[in-house]
Parts: sequence; structure tokens; C-alpha cells
Amino acid sequence: MAMDSLSKEKFEELGTYIDSLPSKKGELIRVLHRAQGIFGYLPKEVQFFVARKMDVPTSKVYGVVTFYSYFSMTPKGEHNISVCLGTACYVRGAEPVLEEFKKQLGISCNETTADGKFSLNALRCVGACGLAPVVMIGDKVYGRVTKDMVKDILAEY
Amino acid sequence: MARINSCEELCNVKAKALEQQKNQKITILVCGGTGCKSSNSDMIVKNLRAALEEEHLTDRVNVTMTGCFGFCEKGPIVKILPDNTFYTEVKPEDAAEIVKQHIVNNEKVEKLLYKDQITNESIPDSKHMSFYKKQMRIALRNCGYIDPAVIEQYIREDGYQALAKCLTTLTPEEVVGMVKASGLRGRGGAGFPTGLKWEIASKYDADEKYVVCNADEGDPGAFMDRSILEGDPHCVVEAMAICGYAIHASKGRVYIRAEYPLAIKRLENAIESARAHGLLGDHILGTDFSFDIEITFGAGAFVCGEETALLHSMEGSRGEPTTKPPFPAESGFFGKPTNVNNVETYANVAQIILKGADWYRSIGTEKSPGTKVFALAGKINNVGLIEVPMGTTLREVIFDIGGGIKNGKRFKAVQTGGPSGGCLTEKDLDTPIDFDNLVAKGSMMGSGGMIVMDEDSCMPAVAKFYLEFTQEESCGKCTPCRVGTTRLLELLTLICEGKGEMKHLEELKELSEVIKDTALCGLGQTAPNPVLSTLNAFYDEYLAHVVDKKCPAGACRKLLSYRIDANKCKGCTLCARNCPNNAIEGKVKEPHVIHNDLCIKCGACMEKCKFGAISKG
Amino acid sequence: MAEIHVEIDGKKVTAAAGSTILDVAKSVGIEIPTLCYMKLHNTEYKCQPASCRVCVVEVQGRRNLCPACATPITEGMVIKTTSMRVLQARKMIVELLISDHPNDCLTCNKSGQCELQDLARKAGVVNISLSGKKQSTYEVMENKAIVRDMSKCIMCRRCEKMCSNIQSVHALSGVDRGFEAVVGTSFGEPLDNTVCVGCGQCVAVCPVGALMEKDDTDAVIKALADPDKTVVFQTAPATRVAIGEEFGLEPGTDVTYKMVTALKNLGADYVFDTDYAADLTIMEEGTELIGRLTKFLNGEKTALPLLTSCCPGWVNFYESQFPDMLDLPSTAKSPQGMFGAVAKNYFAEKLQIPREKMFVVSIMPCTAKKIEAARDELKADGNPDVDVVLTTREAARLIKFANIDLANLPESDYDNPLGESTGAAVIFGVTGGVLEAALRTVYEVLEKKTLPSIEFEEVRGFEGIKVATISIAGQDINVAVAHGLGNARKLMEEIKNGNPRNLHAVEVMACPGGCIGGGGQPYHHGDGDILAARMNCTYEIDEGKPIRKSHENPAIQALYKEYYQKPGSEIAHKQLHTHYTYREKY
Repeated sequence: MAMDSLSKEKFEELGTYIDSLPSKKGELIRVLHRAQGIFGYLPKEVQFFVARKMDVPTSKVYGVVTFYSYFSMTPKGEHNISVCLGTACYVRGAEPVLEEFKKQLGISCNETTADGKFSLNALRCVGACGLAPVVMIGDKVYGRVTKDMVKDILAEY
Repeated sequence: MARINSCEELCNVKAKALEQQKNQKITILVCGGTGCKSSNSDMIVKNLRAALEEEHLTDRVNVTMTGCFGFCEKGPIVKILPDNTFYTEVKPEDAAEIVKQHIVNNEKVEKLLYKDQITNESIPDSKHMSFYKKQMRIALRNCGYIDPAVIEQYIREDGYQALAKCLTTLTPEEVVGMVKASGLRGRGGAGFPTGLKWEIASKYDADEKYVVCNADEGDPGAFMDRSILEGDPHCVVEAMAICGYAIHASKGRVYIRAEYPLAIKRLENAIESARAHGLLGDHILGTDFSFDIEITFGAGAFVCGEETALLHSMEGSRGEPTTKPPFPAESGFFGKPTNVNNVETYANVAQIILKGADWYRSIGTEKSPGTKVFALAGKINNVGLIEVPMGTTLREVIFDIGGGIKNGKRFKAVQTGGPSGGCLTEKDLDTPIDFDNLVAKGSMMGSGGMIVMDEDSCMPAVAKFYLEFTQEESCGKCTPCRVGTTRLLELLTLICEGKGEMKHLEELKELSEVIKDTALCGLGQTAPNPVLSTLNAFYDEYLAHVVDKKCPAGACRKLLSYRIDANKCKGCTLCARNCPNNAIEGKVKEPHVIHNDLCIKCGACMEKCKFGAISKG
Repeated sequence: MAEIHVEIDGKKVTAAAGSTILDVAKSVGIEIPTLCYMKLHNTEYKCQPASCRVCVVEVQGRRNLCPACATPITEGMVIKTTSMRVLQARKMIVELLISDHPNDCLTCNKSGQCELQDLARKAGVVNISLSGKKQSTYEVMENKAIVRDMSKCIMCRRCEKMCSNIQSVHALSGVDRGFEAVVGTSFGEPLDNTVCVGCGQCVAVCPVGALMEKDDTDAVIKALADPDKTVVFQTAPATRVAIGEEFGLEPGTDVTYKMVTALKNLGADYVFDTDYAADLTIMEEGTELIGRLTKFLNGEKTALPLLTSCCPGWVNFYESQFPDMLDLPSTAKSPQGMFGAVAKNYFAEKLQIPREKMFVVSIMPCTAKKIEAARDELKADGNPDVDVVLTTREAARLIKFANIDLANLPESDYDNPLGESTGAAVIFGVTGGVLEAALRTVYEVLEKKTLPSIEFEEVRGFEGIKVATISIAGQDINVAVAHGLGNARKLMEEIKNGNPRNLHAVEVMACPGGCIGGGGQPYHHGDGDILAARMNCTYEIDEGKPIRKSHENPAIQALYKEYYQKPGSEIAHKQLHTHYTYREKY
């Protein structure tokens, strides 16, 4: 794991943020959101730092991080591909699309390609059901995706 | 930005906004909902403005980016007022033409007009569209009409008048009384009477109380709350303040999914501008009432839609539900009395206060007054967001508003209530939709997801899909949900893979009933609904999987087999060349054969065959 | 309090408002099985997540079954606890639990004491029809004290509640969610890297075999079988009032001398008493307290309050939680540690054998003692002063292994000279006892006169934090006693924030009730009366002793004369004292 992703500046930024909170009570999830925003993921060093700084048990921080699917303990790829598996997308054929992404990238859900370029995950409804099936890469939304389109979509990156 | 210090000042702002609207002869509304935005509606706005600039029309024509119009199927939507011209599937490059042809030459752009599904005729305006004809908009009244980022536009449409009315002419008890009398029921799921909830919370004495808005919409295929927050965030802000006044709370919290960036942005903006205008904060409208709202982000856990889990999550803990009693109204956020309602429930409140409980009761059914927003999705022509009076039938929703089934296929079932709901069939189509009728039919209202399925949908597979969801989203706290849903999913998997036995069907039913009867929270108690309702309505289909080892809908891969009709096969070899697993054998110009042991059932051969020689079953 | 009328299984019952269905059922002798629920009265421990759903009952007018443990009664409630709907649901829930539980009862150390096993029998589970392919599997995690096999975890969360709410240690948390949800340490780190103090209270409340003490009986069996080893046993104060329970005796039965017989029958070369070392501890710790008090009275700077240091869970706790207060605890080793030092130095010399040939076995009510024994500070040239620590439960297991029926044994005396003790020593086993014992000595040393009343009632009993002021030599001495580390944390925070009560001495026992409620004691299965019985028995033993003050123990006096010169001497410091280090943990 590249330790430069855990630079001192980033810890300082997070520390400043935590210090700026009017009250620490109940703000753990807010802080973890911020921490993930800064570091891109929540490795154990960051969780330990948050625990110390927020004065909550490390076990609690870990318990919370592992409960919520939004938090990740592994770094995400440069481009994060989210395939919507909400019901609307499901009935309109999102599953074969996801399978195609897995096949093309050679990874499973919640994994990152060896070159760190792509990570893949399935999510439940981005609310763009009119465009089903929907795939999001970063902030960009692809609508009415079919499995034949997967190769071209990947080629954009 | 000037603080609004009294009701008169509020009326002045409204008058000024109305005046401004009058001065601009034409308004072009562009949908800025998540769906249309991802189809580049931002660019449409930009191009429209540029074109107007070029034609020197900016003082006469206003371009407004609104919230969702609901007609997501044909987005991006552009609507032109005052004549209600409704353009669909607009592209950024169409902007110049709209300005030139429609605005300058006063001629409608034919190719962008919506075409009727059946007659294929162009419909000149939204009033004539069957999608909108049967709708009635209370919660969505401003969505697709005002710019959610401009507080004056909300005030123009009577925004914050209800709050003003409460603060200056009604006692908190009277406010609770009105909401109670309106019969409004919680739109988040089970339909608990909202007024009663407020009343209970108002009666507890505490140094601090909380008003919480549940915006953790997590049902796959539901986007009602998101659209309201994106299109009309102030209506939620106002209602929360009203609730605060009614139950004597001064703090509000919105718990919103982190996956809704646009809704978050618009809500933050609304809260900030309400604060700047003195509509949140200390001494609202110059009265003694103070109230403010904070936003808390969810982090991806469906169970946090359950109110006790939501509160634990807001406290920064794992979102595990706790047993009730105590109810949040007694002991909620950090142990303080807390009122939790969802977005759509709040969206009704201001209108009830302004128009009265009797008016609200006149809409909908006796036991479920008012309207309900549904997210219509699946194999239906008009995917989108609709709002109809309670009591509207499923048939009206699916066939009149929804435009029927896609590609002329046959309607099979509609799933309401998301993973907690059940499947309703042909025979239920004339059921008037309300909370109690849906429960009586083995489904539930849920938050309002409505997924339509056609003949290609396999019902055991659908049940499995939902179980995969609930099993994955179970918090793992109670035994029936943690282990029970896993076992249910295993049974459904066996059935869908053709390894099911008759005893499994029995186990499926027994286990479902025990989970329903014993799980700790609503998530677990309702998790078996998709199984029970499909078992009930589509038992034959289960039998076909278990006894005949066939999937009648042709959806369960493991039960499929592809065959080549020797009479139709010309021996062109295309299928064999496209088979990823070399499962097809045959010489040129001779009929080919599929080796079922090698076939991975991907369907590539069938897609490629030009002679229709390959069939599955 | 308002009274509420309900009907349960046809019986009309009146009960206080706020009672649960389970309380009411219990009051009229109706048994409703529970699993996740545990309430230990006498302490603040309560685990009531209503999550296992084993206790569900039918309440007329309610759509779903209700958990009896967490459903408060309401006026006119009609409850059925044994309808077929209830029984079928309960049976299926137990089946579900077992479908995700390894079927290794034959070799599971918890077999016979397992609440799930019991429940399966009661619910009539004979086969698991549910397919149950998927099983939770986790690697076994263990340290010197505790073995965690989470494959057996049923997610009752009793351990987590204990560790967090009562002990405030927070080594454990619910981790992951759904089927994968389990109780785990931070990042899945081994226990030794976490803030776990080894107190074993998680083990004490675990209903199944997911949490167990590390079983060291084999090592003892080997030593007993080795003719080259001189095997020396020591038995801790709290073991004698509890081990009888393992042999069917009533809780609170004093089996001190039957236990001695049992150990001798096993083949022990010497059976000594940790109580002897407890008296020695009072001499060392008491002298330290007198020293600090004298300095304080003379207006000199000194570290106060003095914290007791005989509880290893507590020592681990302050070493990881209060790094800047490590000057406060007494440097005196615990009685176990002192015994080991005396045995392997003084006694080994006496026997003229090298220390390596002596094998010291402690019978302790405690899992943390296993960690303590492995500390470098308790070793000489790599050879530990105590070779193996057995918990009370393991000791019982070992005795049963040898087919010895402890309940029906004759009594034997401890061997000499490390077997003689006073009443002050035996009360080390209950909360407040160490401080009471110390006061008995400190008072007489400082006042130079006999105590008017030997019993310090203010520091006795189950209250979480007990405070007393005793006038000694014209000075008010403020003392406090905490049991359960959560209470200890409260006191420590208070001291950290300026010690407003001006405390001079503080006793802490990690486990609720003190060692009688230790993590290695026979399972109480949630019955708080058992702790009370053990406590009463302890005080009875004290009362029955001819000598009740440590400094009057003739064997201890002889030991100083013969070997350690005087309390706090150089050699005493070398062998009987220790030091503390900050350990940063997850």
C-alpha cells in the first residue's frame, strides 16, 4: 500500500476538520465521510486516528465502518464503476451488463483492477430509473446500457 | 438578501415575485432532475440562454431549471409556459431551434413534441398527455415548475405562508389538531397517522426535542423523496419548521442518503437561504419561535430507513434497529422525544395547513386521504414519477398513466412496496390503491416504488432478487432476519437452479411465516412478502421450476436449454462462430447442433441467428 | 408504582408498571426460554437487545409475536406463552441458530454448560431441515487467556455489552452486517494488540462455546506426570467459595479444605494458599501506602491516591488507558505474583532444588491471571514464577478428569509454610476486601493501637463505587472502591480531573463483585444471587478465622525475619514489586 496516500498533510487536514466541529458527540459518521473524502478510503491508520481524535473507541469506529457500504477500507480505482442493480435496472437487464464488466475487467464486485485504474461495484438505485439500466463512472451517468456497449464505455478511459 | 421579519414582509416578497413572473412573457422550464441532468440538461439550459442572448430576448423570456417533471422515460424534458408545450428527449443542439422556431416564429418544434403511444400523433401540450391527465399534484406541486434554487419562486407559490399562519394564528395544539383531522398518514411505509405521531411527541416534556426528516430512501427503484428534495426542497424545510412549532422542538435534522448529491446540494442551498431570509433560525418571521435544521448523511444501509436504526445512525453508531417501545416520540435522538416523518409526508403538510383538513380529506379514500407519489418503473412505457389521489386503481396507473407494457408484451405483475412489498397480479388491477387495500392483498404501500413486470419476468427469480437485497441489507441483529433470510435465499436459489424439491416449497412458506411473525424490525418482518405473495399468486410457476425443472418465463438460466431447429438451420455457421464456449457443432450448409453440456446459456447464438432457427425453453 | 393487570396462560396476574412479560412470567413460575437476554442483578449488567427472538410470545391483538424480555406489560394484556404458533416459531428460530452453528458438541469445551444446547433440547429440535449450506466461519483467535471461536457466535452480543457498557474497555464491537455480522476486535487484530484486558467477563456471559478460557489443563497433567517436577499449587481466595458449584454444591459453600484434598489426590507435591501471599501483599502495599501518607502528612510531594495493583485486568486497563497516571498504582505485585516469587526463590532454596524443577500452578478465579503470569516482570532468567494458571473452571475440569468427586472428599490442611493465612487475606476475593485488609493493618501500624471495630462496612457490598472516610492518626483518610472497570474509569477520570474527593487510596477489581465474579469462575448463567452467596461465604470465612489482620500472620512474620528482612526492603523490592509500562492498543 502506497504510504504517500496517507500523508501528514492529509492527517492534518482531517485533524483540523475534527477540531472545527462545535461538538464531537454523534458526529462519527460525518467525520468518516470527510475522512474518506480526504484519503479516498478508510485504512486502519485513518480509523485509529479518528478514534483518538474523536475520543471514541477504535472498535466502535471499525464497527461503524464495516456496517455501512459507503465506507471502504481498500483504495478505489482511479475510475469507480457503479452498476445500478435497483429493481428498475434489474428488470431491464442490468445483470448481464454487470457480468460483462466483470468479464472485461477480470474483477469481481468491490475489487480494483491490478493497475488501479478501475474498481467495480453494484449499487442499489441511483434514481435515474428512466434511463435503466444505468451505469455510473465517477460522476458520469450512462443510460440504457447494454452488454455490447461495455467495451466502448471502458475504452473511453 | 433581506431578512423577512413579519408576515407582511413575506407577502411583499410574494407580490414582488408574482410581478416579476408577469413581466416575463415566456418561461422555458428545463428539467434538472438527476435523470435529465445525466442526459445533459445543463447544456440545454446553457444553449437556450445563449440562443436567447443572440436573439436579444433575455428580458422577455426566462429559462428556469426546475426539479423533476416526472416523465423520466422521455427526458430531458423542456416545457414552455404559458402554453404548456411539452418537448421530450431534447438534446443540447435542439436549443437554437426551440428559440428560433418556437419563441421567435411562434411555431412548435414538431419533432420534439411528445407522440401518443397509441395514435402516434403529436401532443401539443402537457394538458393533453394521458401521463398527466389523471395525476393530482400536492407533494409534487412545485416540481417541474419552480427553480428550487430560488427561494422567491417558492414564496411566490405560497411558500412559507403555512408557517406564517401557524406562527401567527394557530396554537401548537391547533396545528397538531389540523394534521390529525386531515387524516394524513406517513408516506414512508406503514402509514401511521402523522397527526397522532405529532401529538404523542408534543406531549412529552423535555429540554430538547427533535424533528427528523427521513430522506434515506433506499428502496431499489424508488426516487420519490429524491425528486421532491431536488425539485422543491423548501416545502420540506417549511413543514419541518411547522412540525417543530407543533411539538415544541427547536432542532431539525434531515437524514439523507449520501448517494443523492444533487438533492443534498439543493437542500443545503434551501436551508441556507431560508436561514438568510429569517425563515429558519432565531425568531422566525419576527415571532418567538426559533428553529433550525442540520443535515446528516447516511452511509449506505437500507435498514436506516427504519426509524430507530435511522436515529442510531444519526447518533454516529451502527444503524441497528432497537425494539419498540420506547418509540422515538418518547425516546429518540440521543434519548430525546423525536418526531420522524419521511420527505413526502412533510411535503403535504403546508398545503394541509393552508387549505384545511377538510379539503385534504376530500381527496383520496376515507381511510387514506390525499395523494400518493409513485415511482413507476420496470417494463412499462412511461417510466417516471407520478402523483395520484389515493383510490386510483392499479389499472389506471399502469395503463392510463404508465402507457401500458413496453414492446406490447403482456402484463404479468406489479410489485409495490419495494423489497417489503408483494406482487399484485391481473386480478388485483382494479383495486383502488390505498394503505389498507394493498396490505389486504399481501403487499404494502411502502414508500411508493412500483415496478411493473411482463411475461418475461420469472416470479421465483423476482422473489430471489428481492431476497438478495434484503439478505444483503439485513443488519444482522436478530436471528430470523440474519439467518432466516439467508436460508430463504438459499431455498430460492435451489428452486431457480432446478435443484428444488417439493419439500423446499413447504419450507419456504413456513420459514417466511416465522420470519414475518418474529423479526425485530420492519425490514425483517416484511422481507418474506415477495416470497409469500409470489408463492400465493404464482404457485404454478414455482411448481414448474421444482417439478418440471422449467422456467416458464425463460429467465432462469440454469433451467434453459437452447435448441436448433434442423428444418430452419441453413448451416451458415454464424452461431458456431459466435459461441463463446464452442458448444455448437456442425458442418457448413448442414444443420447445427448445440451440446447442452457445454452450453453456458448466454443466448449469443439466438441473437445472431438470421433464420430464427434457435429457440430456448 | 402503578399496578397493571394481565392474563398470562390463563392466570390473572397483577404486576408493577414497567415490568416485562418475562418478569411477570417468572413471578408466576412460567418459564420462557431466553438466549440473548441476561440481567445480573447486584451489578449493572443488562443485555436486552431482544435480538435472538427465542422468547417470543403471543399477545392478543398484536399482529406479530412479541419478545417477552423487552415487551412491557400493558393493562389488560392477554399473553400466551405456549401456543402452537409460539412453539413452532421458537423451534424454527432455534433451528435457524443451529443451522449456522458447528455441530461439534462432542468436543466443545462448553458442552453441558451451553445454553444453545439446552435450548435445542427444550425446543425439541432433532434435525435441521433447513438446508443451511452457508455457515459463518472464522479463524479461531486466542491469546494466553481467551479463545474466541466466532464460528460458534450466535450474535447475542452479551460479550460486547459486558466489555463496553460494564467494563468500558471497548475491545469488541459488532462488525460487518447481515449474515456476516459478528462480534469482533478492531480490524480483526489479535487480542493482545487490542485494549482487551483479559478479564474474561465476555467468557463469563457467553451462552455458547464462542468464548472460552484458554484451557491449560494438559500442561498441568504433564507436569504432574513428570517425576522430575515438584508441583506446587496455590489457590486463590475466591476459588474456595465457588468451585463447589461445579460439583453440585450450593453456591456459597466453603470447600477450601476439600479442594486441598482434591489437589493432593491429583498428585500435587505441595498445596499452598494464595491467601498467604495476600497477607504478604498487605505488608508490602500497606507499607507503601503508609510511606506515601506519611510524606503527604509531612507536606511532601507524593503520588496519591495509591491504587491497588493486585487485579491483573485492572493493571492491563490502566497501562493502556491512563498512561500519564502510572505513578499512582502500588508497585507491589499481586498475591499470585508474590506467591510465585516466594515459591521459586525462598521455597525452592529451602527445598534445595533449582527453580526450573519447580512447577507452580495457580488456581485462580481469573483469566487475566494467565496473562499476568506470562509477564517478563514475573520471570527470572526466562523462567516464570508461576508456570501455569488454571481458572476455577479448569481446575474443576482437571479434578473431574481424575474422577475425583470433590463434594464428598474429606478435608485436608494446606501444607506449610506457605499455607497459613488470615481473614484479611480471604476477603481479597470480594470487592472492597483488599482495601479493608489494608486498612486493618495500616490503622494499627499508624495508630499503634488495636482497631476498635475490624469490619469496614462502608466498603462492602455491590454498589459500583463505594467511598469512605476513616480517621487515622488524627487525619481523615479518604478511600474509594470500584468494581467493574466502567466504575474504575469513572473514578480515574475523576482523579485525573483534580481528585475532588481528595482520595488517598483506591481499590479496583476489574470484575463485577470482585474475584468472586471473576471471568474464570463457574458460570453464573445470569443468576446474581450466586455472586451474593459467594460474597457472604467469603465474609463468613473471614469471621471464622482466629487471626484477621495480615500483619499478625505468624508465617509472614517468620518470612520477613528469615528472608525479606522487612517490608519494602531491597530484596523485597526485587522480588515482590513490579513496574508499569504504557501500552498503546487498538
